[in-house]
Amino acid sequence: MAVLAIDDNNFDKEVLESKVPVLVDYAAEWCGPCRLAGPVLDELAKEYEGKVKIVKIDVDQSPKTPANFGVMSIPTTILFKNGKEIGRQVGFGGKKPFEELINKGL
Amino acid sequence: MNDIFDVIIIGSGPAGLTAGIYTTRASLSTLIIGGTAWGGQLMLTTEVENFPGFPEGIMGPELIGKIRKQAERFGAVFKEEDVESVDFEVVGDFRVVGDGEQYKGRSIIIATGAQTQWLNLPTEKRLIGRGVSSCAPCDAPFFKEKEVIVVGGGDSAMEEALVLSRFATSVKIVHRRNAFRASEIMQKKVFDNPKISVIWNSEVVDILGEEKVTGVKLKDVGTGETKEVRIDGVFVAIGHKPATEIYSGQVELDEKEYIKVYDHTRTSKVGVFVAGDVHDYRYKQAITAAAFGCMAAMDAEKWLEERKS
Repeated sequence: MAVLAIDDNNFDKEVLESKVPVLVDYAAEWCGPCRLAGPVLDELAKEYEGKVKIVKIDVDQSPKTPANFGVMSIPTTILFKNGKEIGRQVGFGGKKPFEELINKGL
Repeated sequence: MNDIFDVIIIGSGPAGLTAGIYTTRASLSTLIIGGTAWGGQLMLTTEVENFPGFPEGIMGPELIGKIRKQAERFGAVFKEEDVESVDFEVVGDFRVVGDGEQYKGRSIIIATGAQTQWLNLPTEKRLIGRGVSSCAPCDAPFFKEKEVIVVGGGDSAMEEALVLSRFATSVKIVHRRNAFRASEIMQKKVFDNPKISVIWNSEVVDILGEEKVTGVKLKDVGTGETKEVRIDGVFVAIGHKPATEIYSGQVELDEKEYIKVYDHTRTSKVGVFVAGDVHDYRYKQAITAAAFGCMAAMDAEKWLEERKS
């Protein structure tokens, strides 16, 4: 499955109520490092299909959710399991930090 | 894939990618190990107004994307991997270890650039992404109607302040001297901006806050007096340090850990060349980095040719 684009309206349903862990990528169009992270997350979404859901949220269009979780820098990726945050990664450092974060939820 | 590349370029900012354009056009097999977070400092900027050929300006990430495409068009192999170690022991048979894989090169161009110099305060690392940042173009929108400080006095500090002024209520630049070293045009933009003020002769000695930044402690470098300032964000722009850890013991570094240059682009090791901010502490521009990349590529080509005959 590809990375699913979500917004403030369906965040609760897609993330907090999800049965599998969800990795949320907080990003925006204009952010350079976010562009680098995009293809890597696409790859991970395929690799972890069925085990972890990966979603992205545009912080410009959906400002509420990032504010609720204290996101003040993008890209920030947060892993949620059973509706709770269990880890986060600030900035883009390649594939490995994402994998380590995902593995916390498996 | 080739068993041994004519040139391995480490780094993918304007220096490394321009070197790649030149080496591939000279029909040298070229591997660019660009890093996972490839593209260098331009990826952390917005509008670039001083790169020739773009009269309306161009976004930094877009510019780098274009230069990468240009290098790949002529056949450069690009790896989005971080270099773990290098072994330059045997001239003409250099080794570079990327993501678990070892690559061989007849020559090397080092173009790893420079990284953010943080303040190195105890609370700083914990608060990165929670109000502490080095990338205003990435994070400025989170400081809408908030108060922020920018630490530094060069062009990048000016750019950070200007970007932030579009969102924040107020921006204070904290600088440890009584004058900026930034270019005149950038200083003028800053002084003309009603949202930006300057706190001269001051240093940030502590960043306050548990879950997020709530303030900073400033010290007047003249009187030694300290005071606390309530603030929502701290943008660090005090400069960069060269990314040279992996080369220590392989090529000579100077006292500030820049790569030592001999005869324009040569390092202390024959066959290993250098380009861009990893050795250039003086100009540090996208265009000079690109020029250094071109020079290193031409010198590497010449050296390879002379070795053959």
